[in-house]
Amino acid sequence: MYRKVYVDVILKQDKTGATRPLRIIWEDGRVYEIERLLYICRAASLKVGGCGMRYTVQICGKETYIFEEEGRWFVEAK
Amino acid sequence: MERVILHSDLNACYASIECMLNPELRGKPVAVGGSAEARHGIILAKSQEAKICGVKTGEALWQAKQKCPGLIIVEPHFDQYRRFSRYAHEIYLRYTDLVEPFGLDECWLDVTGSTHIFGSGEKIANEIRETIKAELGLTVSVGVSFNKVFAKLGSDMKKPDAVTCIPRGGFKEKIWPLPASDILGVGRSTAKKLESYGILTIGDIAKTDAAFLHKILGKCGGELWSYANGLDSSRVKSYDLEIPAKSIGHGVTCQSDLVTADEVWKVMLELSQDISKRLKESKLSAKAVQIGIRNNQLETKQFQAVIPFATQSAIEIAREGFRLFKENYTWKHNVRAVTVRAIELQSENAPDQLDLFGNCETHDKQEKIDNTVMDIRRRFGDKAIFNCCLMTEEKIPHGKNEVAVLPSPMFK
Repeated sequence: MYRKVYVDVILKQDKTGATRPLRIIWEDGRVYEIERLLYICRAASLKVGGCGMRYTVQICGKETYIFEEEGRWFVEAK
Repeated sequence: MERVILHSDLNACYASIECMLNPELRGKPVAVGGSAEARHGIILAKSQEAKICGVKTGEALWQAKQKCPGLIIVEPHFDQYRRFSRYAHEIYLRYTDLVEPFGLDECWLDVTGSTHIFGSGEKIANEIRETIKAELGLTVSVGVSFNKVFAKLGSDMKKPDAVTCIPRGGFKEKIWPLPASDILGVGRSTAKKLESYGILTIGDIAKTDAAFLHKILGKCGGELWSYANGLDSSRVKSYDLEIPAKSIGHGVTCQSDLVTADEVWKVMLELSQDISKRLKESKLSAKAVQIGIRNNQLETKQFQAVIPFATQSAIEIAREGFRLFKENYTWKHNVRAVTVRAIELQSENAPDQLDLFGNCETHDKQEKIDNTVMDIRRRFGDKAIFNCCLMTEEKIPHGKNEVAVLPSPMFK
């Protein structure tokens, strides 16, 4: 069963206005470094319900998704 | 060159969006319904599972619950529906700028000029269907044809998540056997009328003499005949093209029936505040007022009248509406719902033909008062100043004031 968890995100915004997530801060305060940003597309999250820009990222060597939905960020947590 | 028109329809839009956003609802009979306490207790949309149980859009919540005891009823979230609708439009706009919305969940697309880039109409339709599923998590039915009416008909033929093509060659075999009520422009009462003349299918409409249809249905009769024969040539509106509003109106279903004229006056005054605000925002003024009164037997009557001066004033609109009500309404039944509409709109700066005996001074004074009230509300909020008689009004629902997006007439 997955749940929708909204997280704090540290972003970098460059001169052109493009944003790139650098770190996410989990509910309990743990910080996870985004090692690689692999792909960005608009997508729906059928697991937890929601849709927006989906960032395919690598965190702790594992590929995962983080979503930006109307200015808020969420992850599909187990 | 043969036109390629698509009509895309988000399946069970409101219910699908609710299920998309809340995975726990998926696979269960779900319906989106208004609040029963505010007497908006009807089904607005239902999921496929609820449909199988026989739940119908527009029926009362208690009726739906009787048919389907396990029915989960959720409140509508119009902000979410508008968001998904906007996302869907963004997807359509990747293929063409000729995108004409028809309500929140339907759109026509003219992709004639894009077929050499993206492929045939059917290919584009399938791509759109797949993209909407991946990006929004919703399903659409798409109709592909050479005119708007058949494209719409196509999108209704196979649901959900399907593409139906109606090419010029062979449309008669596909479309003519369908019931007359399936074609755009045939509502319940038109279908009944047609049936009384033995016109039961779209083919029957096509084979009937156009002049006869014109005689029994007026202008719409002729249109219907051309629709049935595949002769609809209406264009798909460009997405950016704003069609000027023909009317600005507002209506409410009251929390309990209105039993005196005084109560109706208060409702009209309240409704007119919103109309006046929207008229000013759109820089329009109204030359006529129309009211709609629905009694507790659910019978609706409409009345309208021209006003001497074009106006934006809430009180002038309300007064005219109330005058119409007093002159025309016979209190056989109490009043359930009231609608006020400002019609025959013109630019607020349009010159006015003055009346020799009318008093434009009063009108000007009223305008000054209205502007002052509007300014106070802009600065301090909508409830900063209002008519004293509305302080004790308890029958008007004070929930969210949602302006519904209703399908405007098809662009021609």
